[in-house]
Amino acid sequence: MSTVAKAATTGSPTLAISTRKVDVRKSVRQAGPPLAVLAGVVIVWYIISFALGTKSFLLPAPHRIFTEGFFDPEVATDIGTALLRTTGVALAGLAIAIIIGIAWAVAMSQARWVERSLFPYAVILQCIPILALVPLIGFWFGFEFFARMIVCVMIALFPMVSNTLFGLQSVDKSQRELFRLQGASRFTTLTKLQFPAALPAIFAGMRISAGLAVVGAIVGDFFFRRGQPGIGSLIGTYQSRLLGPELFASIISASLLGVVIFALFGLIGRAAVGRWYEPAGS
Amino acid sequence: MTLTAPARPATATKTLLDFSNVAMQFKNGTIALSGVDLVVNRGEFVTVVGPSGCGKSTLLRIASGLETASEGTATVNTDRIGYVFQDATLLPWRDVQKNVELLAELNKQPGAARRAKAKEAIDLVGLKGFEKSLPKELSGGMKMRASLARSLTLDPELFLFDEPFGALDEITRERLNDELIRLFAEKQFAGLFITHSVSEAVYISTKVVVMSGRPGKIVDTFDVPFDMPRDPEIRYTGEFAELVGKVSHALREGHS
Ligand SMILES: Nc1ncnc2c1ncn2[C@@H]1O[C@H](COP(=O)(O)OP(=O)(O)O)[C@@H](O)[C@H]1O
Ligand SMILES: [Mg+2]
Repeated sequence: MSTVAKAATTGSPTLAISTRKVDVRKSVRQAGPPLAVLAGVVIVWYIISFALGTKSFLLPAPHRIFTEGFFDPEVATDIGTALLRTTGVALAGLAIAIIIGIAWAVAMSQARWVERSLFPYAVILQCIPILALVPLIGFWFGFEFFARMIVCVMIALFPMVSNTLFGLQSVDKSQRELFRLQGASRFTTLTKLQFPAALPAIFAGMRISAGLAVVGAIVGDFFFRRGQPGIGSLIGTYQSRLLGPELFASIISASLLGVVIFALFGLIGRAAVGRWYEPAGS
Repeated sequence: MTLTAPARPATATKTLLDFSNVAMQFKNGTIALSGVDLVVNRGEFVTVVGPSGCGKSTLLRIASGLETASEGTATVNTDRIGYVFQDATLLPWRDVQKNVELLAELNKQPGAARRAKAKEAIDLVGLKGFEKSLPKELSGGMKMRASLARSLTLDPELFLFDEPFGALDEITRERLNDELIRLFAEKQFAGLFITHSVSEAVYISTKVVVMSGRPGKIVDTFDVPFDMPRDPEIRYTGEFAELVGKVSHALREGHS
């Protein structure tokens, strides 16, 4: 650490090199332990898979997930297509959840009585086991894109509502009074003060909602098992046909989709507010 | 607050703030002020000292129109009121330039005019070169300078300060005191400044008002005889120490 600090102040080339060394060492230190865990898991995985013998479809050896899963042209195409479809559903559902969530929160932030009338429903929405509603949603809206999207919206909405509301209400009293002293209208105060101040919270909510939207898109599809297959119903199909490697490949793809979307929205948030936002306590 | 245009003859002194028998009782029953009489004219810089919770902020809030006195008349003869809060209240997503432009922007002034005004104010508080800096990149003292500059764009006739330097270190505070005196000497606004530091009060003001504990009443008033702009060395003279002692004494009396 002290080498880094010195290098930063003196800027001498030798120290700069040692700074990089320190960084490499640091990243090895950081990446090392999780990689070791992964290696351990893979070894245990091979052992179990070998021990299962004829039942190895339950846990196919890791390399088979690639040879019979990802690298099999037919399987890869199926997974790719399904993944795209699911991504489309998740992003569309997320977009709607973001719009409705922000609008809902803005409405609640404008008057105490609106908040009192509407917030309980946000909480109820959060408490309903959405899975129980999935059949009903299919029953009403069909089993295609639209219905899957609604499942997404219902799952992804709450974090948007609560985070946006929290953000809008987090504005300093004195900042609010600064605006009041200039006779700023509600609208001006919202657009120039409350909304920008809420952005960090909004992006934090968006990240959570993005992860949930992926879950929603997969869950809806998995339960509907009708219409054009997304990754959810593809997982269901592979599972029922005992296609171990294909099943694992599809599950890993679905997980990666979740991780990628979560990370993507983290980056978007940082790009949008990272320049000025200082998280408390930093 | 009643904003009455005074029907007084044109004289050299303009009364910007005139409180007469002002009292404040909040809805929850707390009585914050009682029987406050206070006049601040152009060219006067009045500081208020008093124990915390005695209603000093409330006094300023009534003057600014953020609260309405529950009794008495609070007259303010201008709509150009500067208000500096205890914290700098900068918007963290705006750079210094944009922060200083804010009030002019809220008053719907055209872009070119407010940019020019902001630039002038930024120069005046010594923040030239920091226009593009974000609040998180500034020290506490610089944030407060930006906050002062923001109020200066209103060209205030009445300038209200609610313990603006209370959170700053001693050296920064003294430097800002001198800046404020310089601004005051130059602009000749009417100043009403709250502080809990008696020596700060004596150093920067033309008059020190001492308030008692809640409900806040004015218990004593001291004229400060030293010339404006102040010579920093004055702080080390016997006369200065004597006045600080008198004010502190009055503060203790009012407290008990
Ligand atoms: N909106 C309010 N409602 C009720 N009580 C208040 C309100 N604002 C201030 N007070 C009370 O009035 C008293 C004076 O407050 P304030 O003017 O902030 O004191 P000071 O600035 O001198 O420390 C305090 O006891 C405070 O708790
Ligand atoms: Mg106060």
